Amino acid sequence: MRRVVVTGMGMVTPLGCGVETTWKRILEGESGARRIDTFETSDLACQIAAMIPRGDGSNGTFNPDDWMDPKEQRKVDDFIIYSMAAADQALADAGWKPESYEDQARSGVLIGSGIGGLQGIESASMILAEKGPRRISPFFIPGRLINLAGGYVSIRHGLKGPNHAVVTACSTGAHAIGDAARLIGFGDADVMVAGGTESPICRLAMAGFAACRALSTNFNDEPERASRPYDRDRDGFVMGEGAGVVVLEEYEHAKARGAKIYGEVIGYGLSGDAHHITAPAADGDGAYRCMQAALKRAGIMASEVDYVNAHGTSTPLGDEIELGAVQRLAGNNGAGLTMSSTKSSTGHLLGAAGAIEAIFSLLAMRDNVAPPTINLENPSVETEIDLVANRAKSVEINVALSNSFGFGGTNASLVFRKVAA
Amino acid sequence: MSDIADRVKKIVVEHLGVDTDKVADDASFIDDLGADSLDTVELVMAFEEEFGVEIPDDAAETILTVGDAVRFLEKNAG
Repeated sequence: MRRVVVTGMGMVTPLGCGVETTWKRILEGESGARRIDTFETSDLACQIAAMIPRGDGSNGTFNPDDWMDPKEQRKVDDFIIYSMAAADQALADAGWKPESYEDQARSGVLIGSGIGGLQGIESASMILAEKGPRRISPFFIPGRLINLAGGYVSIRHGLKGPNHAVVTACSTGAHAIGDAARLIGFGDADVMVAGGTESPICRLAMAGFAACRALSTNFNDEPERASRPYDRDRDGFVMGEGAGVVVLEEYEHAKARGAKIYGEVIGYGLSGDAHHITAPAADGDGAYRCMQAALKRAGIMASEVDYVNAHGTSTPLGDEIELGAVQRLAGNNGAGLTMSSTKSSTGHLLGAAGAIEAIFSLLAMRDNVAPPTINLENPSVETEIDLVANRAKSVEINVALSNSFGFGGTNASLVFRKVAA
Repeated sequence: MSDIADRVKKIVVEHLGVDTDKVADDASFIDDLGADSLDTVELVMAFEEEFGVEIPDDAAETILTVGDAVRFLEKNAG
């Protein structure tokens, strides 16, 4: 297969608009979680979320008007606006602007979402009940469909190559990047704009995820402390919103145009738990096999992995199961391994999580620094793996692995390696 | 200019994001104001909401310009 490298990155997260803004705040140990103030929460078990800081675009705030005409914004759910912003950033960062027929035909898009336009489905269903079917907008469907995140991006940037989307719950972003890399590897495209996006912060989703007992409910008055992977007091994840998008490119194509290269996608593994619709399998075998498959594809040993960006959502069950799987993978080399969960800062962006975490893994390699797992005050288990509690750690990182696991028992792991300049 | 015409033009400006001076009587939603077929469906819905009338699909298909909308609503609204 042809080699695939990352040449552009973009994101909108609860820590701000833009890759460097978010990364700086993560390294400083900030949290994006706060009390929800955009809708009624008094009857909800979980009243907090990691929300994108909106503003005029200054000081790292997100101004949707900077990324999409207000007239167009009306037609779509936020997850589409977020992906437009992240894709614009990533393509500008990569310096890739396909204009010729050939370049456009060789550039594609693969952006997924875990749930898509839940906000719009919630409000449209109320219009249907109150005013009837003749008041449902013609933009209701196209503004909610998951693949329209990529659809809008392809229209704006003239991406006429593969046009695809992934829906695998919280593994979406990782699967999107892995699948897109394969499309380039197999020769279906030379450039792919890939990632995930999510805008789930609405009453319907908060009610649904709380009913699954997946959300944190003990920290409504201390939202910044709620996302605490591996800590003994963790009690569920904090819902987040945002998007992460990367530009993937065939290695020779990137080199020929002198593109800056963040790293190479050397491994991608997939597996299924075949166990339960929401709970992870206790033996962690699915997670283990997924990482194994990614290492096999990469052609490296587990001991060569310097940093793991964990799925680590801060749920009572999941964190320790993943930790056990990573320990099993590392064997006798656990003491040399560094692993952290950036969800402690960003909250859980569901379908966008794997994409922003792939970007954090690449930045960890670029800067030789492991981002911290914040709020890790009392680890619930002992481990020789360094979980980077509360403070970022300087460490040489040449190979990084990023895990994502989703409802339905769907697992994905990505492995990145530095490319010599 | 009638009150109905003013209200129609306001809706067109809001929904299509065009300048008021472009919303002439003979301006075609699609050819002159940049609407697509879905925009025109939404415009008709907005007219129905604003004027409290029901515009059947076969009538909606004949509303192609700002003037078409004004004339239909002058005849059928209120």
